[in-house]
Amino acid sequence: MVVQALAFYLFAGILVLSALMVITVRNPVHSVLFLILAFFNAAGLFIMLGAEFVGMILVIVYVGAVAVLFLFVVMMLDIKFHDIRKGSRQYVPIGLAIGGLLLFELYTLYGTWAETLAMKANRAKPVENMSEMSNTEMLGSIMYTDYVLAFQLAGLILLVAMIGAIVLTLRARPGVRKQNIGEQVSRKSEDVLEIVKVSSGSGV
Amino acid sequence: MDIGIGHFLVLAGVVFTIGVFGIFLNRKNVIVILMSIELMLLAVNINFVAFSAYLNDLTGQVFTMFILTVAAAEAAIGLAILVVFFRNKGSIEVEDISSLKG
Repeated sequence: MVVQALAFYLFAGILVLSALMVITVRNPVHSVLFLILAFFNAAGLFIMLGAEFVGMILVIVYVGAVAVLFLFVVMMLDIKFHDIRKGSRQYVPIGLAIGGLLLFELYTLYGTWAETLAMKANRAKPVENMSEMSNTEMLGSIMYTDYVLAFQLAGLILLVAMIGAIVLTLRARPGVRKQNIGEQVSRKSEDVLEIVKVSSGSGV
Repeated sequence: MDIGIGHFLVLAGVVFTIGVFGIFLNRKNVIVILMSIELMLLAVNINFVAFSAYLNDLTGQVFTMFILTVAAAEAAIGLAILVVFFRNKGSIEVEDISSLKG
């Protein structure tokens, strides 16, 4: 129990600290690196809760894809970072006010939350064969049966996002030499080759 | 020293609030605003997984995966829009994104 509590406070502490660093450091590259740290600690918390698969997916998707995408964009855009924080201090009071209000509302919500009878029954009697199956196995058995439509729609969302990102960033640049394969294949020797009889002593 | 669902809920609330605060703090840098949105989605995911573990109901974890999908799609589209905007305007400040005069 003590080990569990220590692990929770370690992960939660580093998560909150790195989340704070994400929004306060000056350099966006450091922000992305702290975001990666935050996601690693959240994955640790998920594994602590017994959700190994979601924790691993969090590391793979966020650290492997989203964070690298952020890093790529931050490094690709040529932004002057030194003057980007100028005048941001004037938004601190309203940010603190709205953040504090939100936190207060969330805690009020948690305070009024109570377990219903159905939840109690669910807690008393876990999923069948829970001890025999791993977390990944159970997730798969639910996801591909009860939630198969949502799963397919998630794939569709990813497809739309992929096409959207490609269409948005694709541009036709003038002055770029590109290979035109149709032209190359349909090229015939009689169109481009000319045989000239050259008499000696004079040029072509 | 027992770690219950309350600890995780408090943690998720704090992380969500940090995300909201980050949006106000970084009014000039859209990239950090996108990162703050990712933090808020992470807080929601922590809530989902905590309730899922507490209530012995795997539905929460299934929905965490769907949120991850939507977050990844949102990051990709958002960053693509950002790249196009930077190409046109040469800056990513929020004050400059007012061409539509909404």
